[in-house]
Amino acid sequence: MTFTVQDPCQLVRKSLGDDVADDLRFVVKTVVGEENFIDMHPNRSNNYCCGGGGGALQGGYPEERREYGRIKFRQIEATGADYCITPCHNCHSQVHDITEHFGGAWHTVHLWTLICLSLGILGENERAYLGPDLAELGL
Amino acid sequence: MKRYGNSFKEQALALLPGDANYDMCLTCGLCSSGCPATGLADMDPRKFLRMAALGMDEQLATTDWVWMCTMCQRCTHVCPMNIDIPKLVYHARTLWPREKRPKGIIGSCDVAMKTDTGSAMGARPEDFEFVVEDMLEEVKETQPEQADLSVSMNRTGAKFFLNQNSREPMTEPDEMVPLWKILNVVGADWTYSSVGWAAENYCMFAADEEAWEKIVRTKVKAVEDLNCEVWLNTE
Ligand code: SF4
Ligand code: SF4
Repeated sequence: MTFTVQDPCQLVRKSLGDDVADDLRFVVKTVVGEENFIDMHPNRSNNYCCGGGGGALQGGYPEERREYGRIKFRQIEATGADYCITPCHNCHSQVHDITEHFGGAWHTVHLWTLICLSLGILGENERAYLGPDLAELGL
Repeated sequence: MKRYGNSFKEQALALLPGDANYDMCLTCGLCSSGCPATGLADMDPRKFLRMAALGMDEQLATTDWVWMCTMCQRCTHVCPMNIDIPKLVYHARTLWPREKRPKGIIGSCDVAMKTDTGSAMGARPEDFEFVVEDMLEEVKETQPEQADLSVSMNRTGAKFFLNQNSREPMTEPDEMVPLWKILNVVGADWTYSSVGWAAENYCMFAADEEAWEKIVRTKVKAVEDLNCEVWLNTE
């Protein structure tokens, strides 16, 4: 089972830079296991926006928003990962949406879900975004 | 030399710091080649910038593209001249009559302005308090190992002031819980506030500066009123 991560523009490029992107990778690798992590390209400050920022999710141009997101879809697809971790609210909504729209095989999850899963404290009702492979784990 | 006038370019120039200048563009196209909004509405960041340099004000003030650019700043990041195109895009958004701007964005801004929570979904302080308390009770009942889970509301002097995107309390409250648990495990000293807690700010996206400022001030005041040291924004 493999995992990739979307660097949120707001958190990385627009505020705390590559240092926080490294911190993010430290947390993700600790949680999922280094050997199960596949980085997306390009990444960190050079990352592409998913298309959910700037108000786009409420912007009223859904077709264009998804067209914008098609590039992100292909970047996630190219990792071959089973899960795309989105540590930002907007990213989660947009990546989840384009994954369904373009028919991606992966699951889109919040980082907090995986942290709690790895700590063995994720409740039954907190698993809405996990795939069947992880949904029952540790219950 | 900076000039301040009425053309789009002059107004946009006034927004730039120091000697920065849109005329410095080399037309290299790095911005456009790495912009996911390139090609939408027959526009791309280089073209947008060239049009500003050429004084094509009318087109810049009316193209729908400004609502498709997410202001992600990747173009600025790769630009050899460090030209801030999203700032120009933001400026173009301000030129739209308010009633013509995207209804979803304006609507979310208007709703947020009506309550002192700042919630774009219209959640009131008592709604938030109720959902949080209800959710906490449920977790304690159904997950006995979480008996010591605690959530503070309006606790003065907590180190962290945690805000929350409205979507969770309003549509999927279970998704608030994992974060509470993580903060609990690490022993963080944190609190929610029943006012100014909403993480989102659609007035900023709407390019409504007065409303944007008001929302930010409401939130800052909430943090200051509780005397918290760190404002944790999860958005
Ligand atoms: S990357 Fe900068 S210099 Fe190159 S075309 Fe874009 S704005 Fe001009
Ligand atoms: S800020 Fe706008 S123009 Fe620049 S790369 Fe992002 S979407 Fe493209």
